Amino acid sequence: MTAKVTVEDVERVAELAHLELKPDEAPRMLHDLNAILDYVAELNELDTAGVAPLAQVSELGDAAAGVLRADLPLPSLDRAVVLAQAPETDQVFFKVPKVIER
Amino acid sequence: MKSAAGRRAAGLRQREKWLENGRRRKIRLSRGAIAPESFVEKPKTLAELRADLAAGRVKAADLAAGYYERIARVNPRLNVYLSLTKERAMAQAERMDAVAAKGDPLPALAGVPVGIKDVLVMRGAPATAGSKILEGYRPPYDATAVERLEAAGAVLLGKLNCDEFAMGSSTENSAYGPVRNPVDAERVPGGSSGGSAAAVAANLAVATLGSDTGGSIRQPASFCGVVGVLPTYGRVSRYGLIAYASSLDRVGPLAANVRDAATLLGVIAGHDPRDATSSAVPVPDFAAESDNPVAGLRIGVPKEYFAEGLDPEVRAAIESGVAALEAAGCVVKPVSLPHTRYAVPTYYLIATAEASANLARFDGVRYGPRSKNSETLSDMYRHSRDEGFGAEVKRRILLGTYALSAGYYDAYYLKAQQVRRILAEEFLRAFAEVDAIVTPTTPTAAFRLGEKTGDPLAMYLADIYTVTASLAGICGVTAPCGATQAGLPVGMQVLAAHWNEATAFRVARAVEEAGNRE
Repeated sequence: MTAKVTVEDVERVAELAHLELKPDEAPRMLHDLNAILDYVAELNELDTAGVAPLAQVSELGDAAAGVLRADLPLPSLDRAVVLAQAPETDQVFFKVPKVIER
Repeated sequence: MKSAAGRRAAGLRQREKWLENGRRRKIRLSRGAIAPESFVEKPKTLAELRADLAAGRVKAADLAAGYYERIARVNPRLNVYLSLTKERAMAQAERMDAVAAKGDPLPALAGVPVGIKDVLVMRGAPATAGSKILEGYRPPYDATAVERLEAAGAVLLGKLNCDEFAMGSSTENSAYGPVRNPVDAERVPGGSSGGSAAAVAANLAVATLGSDTGGSIRQPASFCGVVGVLPTYGRVSRYGLIAYASSLDRVGPLAANVRDAATLLGVIAGHDPRDATSSAVPVPDFAAESDNPVAGLRIGVPKEYFAEGLDPEVRAAIESGVAALEAAGCVVKPVSLPHTRYAVPTYYLIATAEASANLARFDGVRYGPRSKNSETLSDMYRHSRDEGFGAEVKRRILLGTYALSAGYYDAYYLKAQQVRRILAEEFLRAFAEVDAIVTPTTPTAAFRLGEKTGDPLAMYLADIYTVTASLAGICGVTAPCGATQAGLPVGMQVLAAHWNEATAFRVARAVEEAGNRE
């Protein structure tokens, strides 16, 4: 957890996140990520062995929270209304550039 | 790798530097070299507006038109509103005038001019989330909280500026320029709901909606001298809220006084089948509950919130607020929340991990602009996101993606979730002993524009008093509690257990009343 982040790490994470970093952005992000990760390493001082992770506060035991609705099909937004917001469509589907690089 | 003691020493030096900078600035101010520009104006209360409207002294349409005039005059300086929804507002105002003219019963918020943070969607109105990546987007539906406000008669004036995707503590991360603090236009209004807080402080709306993930309602409310509410997680539907960190995001009101904020929460709260995390817990009459006296309530003061890093003037203001509660008959006692110092690292790991997943949807396919000149789909994704996202959003996506990536998941994300449970259970134990916990909302009053933009970590550290309640899912209210010598507002944060907003409102009312008597 104390490993320093390298330029290669930043580039790999950027790729995973579909982010492009400009040449002048990468060193700045590298510096910031290292500073932040160095700081969050304080959590290592805590022994958390046997502590169950908490993803949602509704897990704290309140039965009234987070009631699931019945799994029934209901009318949703109209296709034409939704597609009207997209950069490119054929009125039925969203259109995107070619998926396979060659 | 620095030792823990080394890091603490470095943190202490950093905080001393801030305090020293603060002292120097105050001297400059006291010499009168810089005259703070103030736009503060107190809106009428809901009760006053209601009486005016019912008696026919004021028409809702004139009231709305008056607000638009003030916005036209003041907004160029403060940059509070990103867009106005005049047509919809005037139509609603006229409907309310028709109800009043007939002598029919007026709904709870009849004719009340309200602003909406631009992370909540309104049908047909721009929804930018403070980002270029949603430029031009016109959502086809209303957020539940927006829909409920309008159903209660509120007049929705427009959309309010905020940090991009609610990521920030100063509103300087908005792609549409920073908001300025109405108390002193050289200072930040806080963030991310900076527009929502500034709008109330400058009377550019009677009340507003904001969102709070790590303090984004409470911190700006405190910086601008208004009331801000963090409802219990699950109390208010998140349907129509542009997601930042879903397990932490909450929608809540800001207003000029505690009772009005309580009224607004009552309107927007309650179960919504469109948000699976929204709760069926009954919604009490928060405004009526806030009228109850506080005598006999047990108030906890956690020493961890009064430790190093707290500005002495903020400490003094909060201590007199605590004394006022004691004078009102509260039983004040110390409580301990020893893991508080781990809350900021825990918050920034969990929030950024969730953000990296939530913001994957902004890809130039379904809404927002698409980058030109991309040969392939993956190029199009990368270019659209590069052109659309600002630096802080990229930083948080990178951090979150890193914390979730193979080999680091257990060390960062899982560890943070474990500490989250420790923090939440620590609050539950404290609330077995006391009815409410009071703290400063922020370690300092509003800072200057540009003061922290160069150091993201320094900006994160200032969230220390607000992120704890966010992680635990408990509720809270921040209310004005005095000011610094330079006249900058100080806020007291009143925290209460899950679903116990009524108690937080009661205590906040007592703090507010003590302030009004001074």
